[in-house]
Amino acid sequence: MLAAEIKHLIVKDIRLELKQKYALNGILLYVVSTIFVCYLSFTRIIDAETWNSLFWIIMLFTSVNAVSKSFVQESQGRQLYYYTLSGPQAVILSKIIYNILLMGVLSLLSLIVFAALMGDFIQNMPLFVVSLLLGSFGFASVLTMISAISSRTNNNFALMAILSFPIVMPLLMTLMKVSKQALETTTWDGNYRFILVLLLINLVVVTLAYLLFPYLWKD
Amino acid sequence: MTLTKEWWKILGVALVLYAIIAGFLIPVPDLRIIGESIRNIFFHVCMWFTMMTIFGVSLVYSIRYLSGFDIRYDVVASQAVNVGLLFGILGIITGMQWANFTWGAPWVNDPQLNGAAVSILAYFAYTVLRHSMDEDHKRAKVAAVYNIFAFVLLIIFVGILPKMSQGSLHPGAGGSPSTVATLDNTMRMVFYPAIVGWILIGTWILNIRVRYVRLKQQADMNS
Repeated sequence: MLAAEIKHLIVKDIRLELKQKYALNGILLYVVSTIFVCYLSFTRIIDAETWNSLFWIIMLFTSVNAVSKSFVQESQGRQLYYYTLSGPQAVILSKIIYNILLMGVLSLLSLIVFAALMGDFIQNMPLFVVSLLLGSFGFASVLTMISAISSRTNNNFALMAILSFPIVMPLLMTLMKVSKQALETTTWDGNYRFILVLLLINLVVVTLAYLLFPYLWKD
Repeated sequence: MTLTKEWWKILGVALVLYAIIAGFLIPVPDLRIIGESIRNIFFHVCMWFTMMTIFGVSLVYSIRYLSGFDIRYDVVASQAVNVGLLFGILGIITGMQWANFTWGAPWVNDPQLNGAAVSILAYFAYTVLRHSMDEDHKRAKVAAVYNIFAFVLLIIFVGILPKMSQGSLHPGAGGSPSTVATLDNTMRMVFYPAIVGWILIGTWILNIRVRYVRLKQQADMNS
């Protein structure tokens, strides 16, 4: 029942996206122009640490921009309509899964563009991609929940950033640690615990979203 | 007001007074670099214990609000955040002063410092979030959700991540022995009462804040 509802809601979101072609194209352009601005201002990056920080900062801002409109895009009236059709759990889980897909695509594309323009420093590509995908998962789930919170307020766009940055910090710091390893060494040793922490954070966030979203849903 | 109900306030004042007086007077071990500034442990560390306790109170009351939608619990949760922030800022100030003395700079890149700063930012965001809504119950609900969400994630940050990273300057992380373990017995006689005292003082401030806000709400309703 829940799975069927989630499936329909995700399909709805994807079809809406394909019809409007606004979010994905807009955010893609946003990433590419940001990376290009960095390319023009840095010209060339010499060390891996700067490369890493810059990449994750761009990812942070991109994901805030990409996910922030999850709940704003649709009018209050339509939200009410979903309320009559499905439960809150299905709505939040479908939004999270949709945003995970969106962020997965976005982060891989940004990695390609970033590596092409700023130079490729990555020694251990599989590890980097794993951390990138876990990061997209985490960003998507945390920010979906924050966007649900900020959509209940009057000026949600500014709030989105100040509410999410502190919360997303544990995730970001862990991601930066893992990906720094992937830039500097080819081994996987000692990184499993960071991957475990990333999985743990993702699990905690999704559980919290599942439990807490019903309270945001009803007015 | 009976003495039987108010004994803990007196105890709080007595313990903090004891911590201040004894904290400056007792002999402390002559440690390298830290020297006499080790006495700051009676103040700086207590601020963090109090902050965490008060934020914990806020979390409990947020959960209680969500399980019954009683607006009185929301008053406690929101005021606890304000009081916790007060102790957090005091903790940062005492810490920066101490860091400036022992580590040579008021702010160093240390997991524990960053965790503290991020927690404080998150709770400031909580207060901004509250101000952005007018309707009482909606505000209470949204704020409670954010409070629970933020607390759990920050516990991961402050509790787990510093232990995983090497090179924290703080004692107790990355294999170096914890401060409490190296404290000598005289210092413990001051340290533990100081923590209890400051937590009691924090609770008292919270108590006064909650009563003040409730009276104000009543006055608003009557006028």
